[in-house]
This record gives sequence, C-alpha cells and structure tokens, in this order.
Amino acid sequence: MQIVPLGDAAIVVRVLDDFKHDPARAIDAVLHVRAQLCAAAIDGIADIAPAYTTVALFFDPARAGDTEALVAKIRSALAVVRRAVTIRPRTIEVPVCYDAEFASDLAEVATHARLSPAEVVRLHSRAKYLVSCLGFSPGFPYLSGLPREIATPRRSTPRTRVPAGAVAIGGRQTGIYPHESPGGWNIVGRTPLRLFDPGQAQPALLQAGDNVRFRSITREEFIAQRG
Amino acid sequence: MKAFITRAGFLATVQDLGRIGLRDQGVAVSGALDPFALRVANALVGNDQHAAGLELTVGHLALNVEDERIVAWCGGDFDVRIDDAPLPPGHAALLSATQQLTATAPQPSSRAWIAISGGIDVPPVLGSRSTDLRAAFGGHSGRALRDGDVLPLGELSSLAHAIWHNLAAARVSAWAAQPHWTQAATRPPFLAIVRGPDWNDFPTRAHDALVHEPFTVSPDSNRMGARLRGPRLEATDRRERVSEAVTPGTLQVPPDGHPILLLNDCQTIGGYPKIAHVISVDLCVAALLRAGDIVRFHEVALAQAQASLRVREEEFAMFRVGIELRAR
Repeated sequence: MQIVPLGDAAIVVRVLDDFKHDPARAIDAVLHVRAQLCAAAIDGIADIAPAYTTVALFFDPARAGDTEALVAKIRSALAVVRRAVTIRPRTIEVPVCYDAEFASDLAEVATHARLSPAEVVRLHSRAKYLVSCLGFSPGFPYLSGLPREIATPRRSTPRTRVPAGAVAIGGRQTGIYPHESPGGWNIVGRTPLRLFDPGQAQPALLQAGDNVRFRSITREEFIAQRG
Repeated sequence: MKAFITRAGFLATVQDLGRIGLRDQGVAVSGALDPFALRVANALVGNDQHAAGLELTVGHLALNVEDERIVAWCGGDFDVRIDDAPLPPGHAALLSATQQLTATAPQPSSRAWIAISGGIDVPPVLGSRSTDLRAAFGGHSGRALRDGDVLPLGELSSLAHAIWHNLAAARVSAWAAQPHWTQAATRPPFLAIVRGPDWNDFPTRAHDALVHEPFTVSPDSNRMGARLRGPRLEATDRRERVSEAVTPGTLQVPPDGHPILLLNDCQTIGGYPKIAHVISVDLCVAALLRAGDIVRFHEVALAQAQASLRVREEEFAMFRVGIELRAR
C-alpha cells in the first residue's frame, strides 16, 4: 500500500492500482481501509474520503503535526487487524424514465452500440451497478457495472446544461447528475429522485459501496414521483 | 439586525472557512479563497474565526448596516471607504447606520474579504455558511449577492462589545494587523510548491520548466481554479489515471499540458496527474491572482511548508491575544 502526501495538508493512501477488473473487491478494500482509519481517530484529521482505489485524509498541519509523523500513525492504524465485519451493501432502486424527451443521447448511444434504443434501455436497466465513488458535483455517483455493449465515449463537446436527475453514460461508467450543470456524458434517461439534499446530515442519496438498480418508469410515473 | 447590499458588484459571496468533512459526499470545501485573510478580519472585529464574512471579486460593493457595527477587511488592491474616509486594510473601524461602506478595485479580478462584527448570520447548511456556487446552496440562497439583497447579522460577542467601546472616540483603530497578512497583493506572485503524487510521471524538463519559467494566469480562471499558460508540462506517462482526491493548492495538468491551480470550489476528485501543490501559507497569494498576472514557482521541502504554517498560527494566536488585551 502506497502512502503519498497530497500537498502539506492531505495524504492519499493508495489501496489498489485498479478497480475496473473487480469494482466490488476494490470498493470493499477501500471501505475497509477507511474503517481502519476512522477507528484510529488520529488527532487533527478533519476529513477522510474514499475514491475508487484510494482513501484521502485531510488535516490541519498546525494541529496534526508533520506528514512524516502522520504517515507513521496511518501505517500503525492499517496494521491493526480489524475483526472482519461483513458490510452488507444496501441495494437502492432508482426509477428512470427513458422516454425520448429525457434521453437526448439515447439514439447516439444506440448507433455507437449498433443496437436499437429499446435494447440499450433493456441492457442499462437490467444491469446491477455499484457506487465506486462520489464526486464531480455533490452527490454525483460514479457507477461501475455498465454492460460493455453500451459503453460510449464522452461527448467531444460537453453540454453546457445537463438537467438535474439526468442519467448518463461516460465510457464504461454510468452516473446521475444531481444538479443542473455542464456535463460531457451521454444522457439516456432521467430520474425523479433527488440525489442530493443539503438539508440532510448525509446529503447524498447514494453512498460509495451501495448497489444500485435502475427501474424503467413511464413518463406519467416520472411526473407523479417528481411531485 | 441586518446589512443592506446597495450594490453587489461583480461577484460578492458569503463565505466562512468552508465546508469540511463532506468530501465523501462529493461536497467541495468552498469558503474564503484566502481563509487566513478572513480569520484576520474576523479577529479585528471581535468575531469567532468561523464567522461568515463577504468575499469580493473586482469590487464595486456598497453596503449599509441597520445598527452600528465594527468592520475590517483584508485582501487585494482595493479602495475601501466609509463614506469618504479611506479605510486601510487590517484596521477595525466603526460603521454607523447612517454611513456607507464602499469597496472598489482599480484592477480587475483581485479579491478582498470583509468581516462585520456579529458575522453574516445566514443559516448554516451542512455545517457552514459558505456559498457553494456550483451546487447552489449555502451562503445567501446559494448564489452570489445581487443589488438590494438583505443579509442577517449576528449578535456581537463580548470581545466585539469591548472593541466597539474602545473605538467610540477614534472610530478607526490606530492598531492594525501585520501588513504582510492584510496585503498579500504586495507580495510578488512567487508561490512555494511541494512535489505532487505524480511528480515522477513528468520528465526533468517539465520539472525545470515548472520552477524556472513564468506562467500567466488565463482569463478563464475562477473560484474552481486558476488556469495557467506557459511552457507545456507533458507527462511521460500518459496512461489514463484512476480519479483520486484533489484539494485547493493542487497543480493538476490536463493532456494539453497547461497546469490548473485548483482553488476552493474545485471538485473533490480528479483524474489528471498532479505534478505539485502550492503550500498552505501561499494560498493567500494564489487567491489574489488576476488574469494576466505572471506567476512563478519554487520548490520547498514538505517539512518546511508545515513549519511555516505553524509559525504563522503561533503569530496569529499572539495577535488575537493582543486584540483581547487592548480591548479589555
């Protein structure tokens, strides 16, 4: 395990080299390291955040001491063998309307995959996904598990405005835009769910390690559920 | 009690020291781009260092207060006045209900931070009063201030009351914060860096260019990051990287070879190689960079970066004790 400084106020623990060949094992290992680091309660650490293959620690150097001393504390925290806790991942169902009005890039994804749009929707909504990371914007989940057949490169020119709730494909991953924002992924549908609620203590609906399934809904269901 | 924003200027936002502890939710730090400047301004008016103040970009702000308040500011090359009287940075002054505070910047894109005694008392969101402009929450309705906005002000602390009594006659403090704290703009943009996690993925000529050549701040810079133009820093290892944490101060290099110095509104993760990081004590200089500014980098040891931060914190602790002793 590689432990590298990220400037003078953060440290990155690189747990694995890659997540793509086994995203479930990767997130398991990463969340295990996060649990070890949280349990160690190292003085002066202000934030601990997992991402794909790494766990980053953020600290105030005036309180937490030198990076060298912190790295030593991190190493001993990681050496503590914790009783294997079976983390039962949650499975969250996300309703998605794949109707053309919400799926501006579905035709392009279908052309790229040499499939019909209906086949793309079938593959997208049948797969089982895993939240590998949150980022890009608050509550944005990067989902692993996209069927290889419908992997589509990002748009060469990003859209300046992607609506909140847009479900999109970027390369081998799929994700959901929690806020209206610019974005380069291919939009294939929209969810009525609110992905990020700043009024909640845990504001993101989906958390790293969660399993996600998409359920295809009609336009009427979409409107009813959006409220 | 309230503050009235008569004129908001180009980009004025409510900011405190940022939203810490939510990166696993994808939430950016936000907060004052120079948190130290806001802490100094808060100390001058008797506020807790976590109180929210205003961050100005370019300027042309005008504000009034409903009841008399202490005000102080730090930051770039601004002309701040109470009615017609100039208020130099790093001084505490009384602003009565009949007076107006104005701030104008002679040059574009510089920033300044204003503290008002009692603090800007907008409701905290996720533990902070900072404005998250990208996700549109926190601060004042999750957006930049507009002409006519009304901001709630908090209660004065006992220290603020003491400072207020002290200033009753003179109106402006004779004492001031150290000039190099309040006017980072007078420092040449010569930023200290430590090596980033991907330093070794760049060739020696990229390392040499980074520490020997000047870079120009590009106009498409914002609170997310300062885009720099200069020699192209091309990584030897061009493999696609798995995204991992980035943080304010990170110098990341997209495939075009033009580095981006990330600032407080940056994303929590990024996939570009991280060649270096600007050290914490120099982020005050980075926060004031304007389009067209020439910036240079020099390398320091990590331990030295952290030692200089500790020295500054000790000096700041002394400064706060000094304010208490003078006021009571």
